[in-house]
Amino acid sequence: MALTRMSSKKQSSNNIAQARRIVQQLRIEANIERIKVSKASADLMHYCGEHAKYDPLLMGIPASENPFKDKKPCIIL
Amino acid sequence: MCDQTFVAITFGPCDSCSQNKPLMNIYLQNEPVNYCSLCVELMACQGLAKGETVSTLRAESENLKAKLEEERAKLHDVELHQVAEKVETLGQFVIKTRRTLKGHGNKVLCMDWCRDKRRMVSSSQVIMRSAAVCVLQEHAVTMPCTWVMACAYAPSGCVIACGGLDNKCSVYPLSLDKNENLAAKKKSVAMHTNYLSACSFTNSDMQLLTSSGDGTCALWDVESGQLLQSFHGHSADVLSLDLAPSETGNTFVSGGCDKKANVWDMRSGQNIQSFETHESDINSVKYYPSGDAFATGSDDATCRLYDLRADREVAIYSKESIIFGASSVDFSLSGRLLFAGYNDYNINVWDVLKGTRVAILFGHENRVSTVRVSPDGTAFCSGSWDNTLDFNPV
Repeated sequence: MALTRMSSKKQSSNNIAQARRIVQQLRIEANIERIKVSKASADLMHYCGEHAKYDPLLMGIPASENPFKDKKPCIIL
Repeated sequence: MCDQTFVAITFGPCDSCSQNKPLMNIYLQNEPVNYCSLCVELMACQGLAKGETVSTLRAESENLKAKLEEERAKLHDVELHQVAEKVETLGQFVIKTRRTLKGHGNKVLCMDWCRDKRRMVSSSQVIMRSAAVCVLQEHAVTMPCTWVMACAYAPSGCVIACGGLDNKCSVYPLSLDKNENLAAKKKSVAMHTNYLSACSFTNSDMQLLTSSGDGTCALWDVESGQLLQSFHGHSADVLSLDLAPSETGNTFVSGGCDKKANVWDMRSGQNIQSFETHESDINSVKYYPSGDAFATGSDDATCRLYDLRADREVAIYSKESIIFGASSVDFSLSGRLLFAGYNDYNINVWDVLKGTRVAILFGHENRVSTVRVSPDGTAFCSGSWDNTLDFNPV
């Protein structure tokens, strides 16, 4: 009898701990600073724009600079 | 100079135990206090305070969730693709598979690029280090476990880390001597209680970040094997992680089978932000190059973009015709393109800003398990369950 009581007490304290952790986590999240989607989007677009010219997969690169262009046959050792 | 998200964490005396530790800012009865992570846990496990019951705590958590949604919705003034209408449409994306690397006798599960941009490590039952310039297999290391689900190159290029169903992450030093038996030099670093799903070195060879089927992520010291920090918050297997790109960055994002993507602070172990809009397991997470956003690929057949500063999902990349899960995502260097590998054997390339699909890449004969863009952005590599790696340079 005592054993069941103890395990149910442990169970309920786990539930309390769990509920507390969730509430704690939500409090932290509720209080963070947020910005508007329009500003966030503008910044993402700005980053893309700034770095587009350095993006080979977007722009393509001249054959002379391509490090992966075939130069000579490979030797299998 | 790019915008970067960073979290200021205080280090100092805990308000409860007075020891000097990384502090978590929490709220007790609506008063902000600074507790160390140990005291936060102890407090959580104490008995009920006066007037508190499990149901009041539950009611409070429901209230807080509603408040969160309200706050996020207030800032939702426009959609990303609407703002991106004024951006030039991309030209046709053409790429031909330059080289197929065979050699894995089994499904390719994972791959990583070395920072020297010329070498890659890939894994299945065997770890292979390949030179991307020629089809040359440099090193093959046989692992004693069946599925090597994660592999990573250290920043120096001298060491690789890998692990999988053995529940561990082990580290192998690499050498130029092809005859050397690498398996003998293996060193176990991380120990989880379930499979290892992903691993990554931090900015040095000294620390390793891992995620596991046991629902946790962990930061380890490579030299001593000591656990430096553990990250609890997922309620199911964690499938993927990615470190924030900045040099000083101390955050990482993880995604898992609980459909959540969580952003963590590496020093305090705190879960800073959490996003739950996917309808199924998140298989892959990847930071946008500026560090202000991240993309996810999921079994619900969509990829999504979440902005950290707006604290919400800002784009969904999906089509009615795509019904298979996305297993792996990666950005091009500027962040304009998102490469996503799917279980329908294809790779879809998305315009990140406009939300449209730019290209479909065929070529694999089975599920695409991993897609990685090279560090200099000149090529990307895809690994598949058809036992091959497709290497696609510009």
